[in-house]
Amino acid sequence: MVTLLAVERIKLFSTRSPWWCIGLAATIAIGFGALFTALSGSEEFPVSVGVTQIGYGFAANVLLVLAVLAITTEYRFNTIKVTFSAVPNRTSVLLAKTTLVAVVCGVLGEITAFASYGVGRLVKPNADLALNTAHEWRYVAGIGLVYAISAIIGISIGALIRQTAGAISLLLVYTLLVEGLIGLVPKVGDDIQKLLPFVNANHFLTVGNGATAGENNGTGLQMHWGPWGALAYFVAVAAVLLVAAIAVVERRDA
Amino acid sequence: MIEARSLTKRYGSTLAVDNLSFTVEAGRVTGFLGPNGAGKSTTMRMILGLDRPTGGDVRIDGKLYRELKNPLRMVGALLDAKWVHPNRSARAHLKWLAVSNGIPVQRVDQVLDVVGLSSVATKRAGAFSLGMSQRLGIAAALLGDPQVLLFDEPVNGLDPEGIVWIRKFMQSLAAEGRTVLVSSHLLSEMSLTASHLIVIGRGRLISECTTQEFVEQASEASVRVRGRGLEVLHKVLADAGHTPREDSGAMIVSGVTTDEVGELAAANGVILHELTAQRGSLEEAFMQLTGETVEYHAHGGTGAIAPIDPALAAAAAANPDDPNLQAAVRSATARG
Repeated sequence: MVTLLAVERIKLFSTRSPWWCIGLAATIAIGFGALFTALSGSEEFPVSVGVTQIGYGFAANVLLVLAVLAITTEYRFNTIKVTFSAVPNRTSVLLAKTTLVAVVCGVLGEITAFASYGVGRLVKPNADLALNTAHEWRYVAGIGLVYAISAIIGISIGALIRQTAGAISLLLVYTLLVEGLIGLVPKVGDDIQKLLPFVNANHFLTVGNGATAGENNGTGLQMHWGPWGALAYFVAVAAVLLVAAIAVVERRDA
Repeated sequence: MIEARSLTKRYGSTLAVDNLSFTVEAGRVTGFLGPNGAGKSTTMRMILGLDRPTGGDVRIDGKLYRELKNPLRMVGALLDAKWVHPNRSARAHLKWLAVSNGIPVQRVDQVLDVVGLSSVATKRAGAFSLGMSQRLGIAAALLGDPQVLLFDEPVNGLDPEGIVWIRKFMQSLAAEGRTVLVSSHLLSEMSLTASHLIVIGRGRLISECTTQEFVEQASEASVRVRGRGLEVLHKVLADAGHTPREDSGAMIVSGVTTDEVGELAAANGVILHELTAQRGSLEEAFMQLTGETVEYHAHGGTGAIAPIDPALAAAAAANPDDPNLQAAVRSATARG
């Protein structure tokens, strides 16, 4: 497994697109945080720890693209065939790739989250931005976890769909539109929305950070779980997708 | 040694490989010959465990590919030279392969040197010509110093110098006692490279023999005889040092003229119903053998432009320097 992680590390960082995605994600997370923090402070839009992390969702989408690319480019350039002829155990290949990308995204998430927080403090030195509560700590330190689990979802969807454009479109349309708009469906919309993975991830980060998101996830939803339950649910969805991806990759021709 | 037993692969309603059994022995170059679409690449993918056989199996020294530990040290394969990430350097491509199978990283520079790519080792593989990509693919195949080597159409895209190089190279690998299986749709190329042939068409085995046997059977002038009292003629011809053979009620004699056979028949009172001279080029004989089994027939003749095999046309367009391909396109066009 250590060998396979080394292999995936060489593969990931010997092409340019991961570097672009990492740079873009960091810029968006820190830049948006700095911008919104600088412009906040009014009655309607008070400064808070949450405001410094406001770019996390966009950055998470960029990292989803990174995760999708890590697997779909292997299909696009047929290097997946070379990979599976070098390592016939496909499950361990996929697990190694998922682990590596999740760790990279997780570490990047921690770095950008604390960087955004630090920049926020520099921008508003007089505001009360101390991490006083567990809620505030979770909003900053939890972002790495959300990024890592998002990466697992990205790899799984990429492995299932194989086409870069298809997988990226599906994921972005889903995260940016479907999860938000499904709540508009009459009667059942709210019940469905409470069970959607990225809504739960957002709930994990934002619950208790009332200044920006509100008690109930900013959507007015009465969620089923507290923050850690929501995170566990997010992990479960990612795990189900990963198991499905592994099962499909094992069965079909490379 | 590679052993295929009743290997079958079905894609939907298409039977790509049909109950194929063959053995590839060590110490010689075995050619895997068949027209485009015959199932050569599919078979090679099944050898590497990339495609799952619908039936049967194929083993390398008695083991399924997926049972091999560090398979690159046992089997080296070049199935498609373009199976490289275009933005990755040649060295990075070989490096991850080496690491994956516990091969020392110094070996990467060794194999790059063997194939003559040392000077472009850090260049992106996407900028490589097809010939350079082929060399990179060969370097990848050699990385683990494997006992079994598979090459799928390795001369595609190589210049004449490269073709001679790879031909000698494959023969030297076999001379070291390795198992070498090389596929091609060009019999003329195979006759120069391989000592044994496995010939397939539409996924079925047509012939498994030495190249010499295949070429002799294929290209030698022969006479086809039908008639009454052929046993007598058989004996007379055998006494004269020929080896007549049966072929569905007729007799085929190689290395004689129709004049000689006709005179011998008359002298021995044999009544002839048919006396035909048969001769053919390697390609004609190959087409005769595989003609029934070609997947994509050209049904030209009425149009102004003869339809030729698109794969062949594409290959020829990509390799304007390959005399074999250009000749193949010309003959295909003329046929249509």
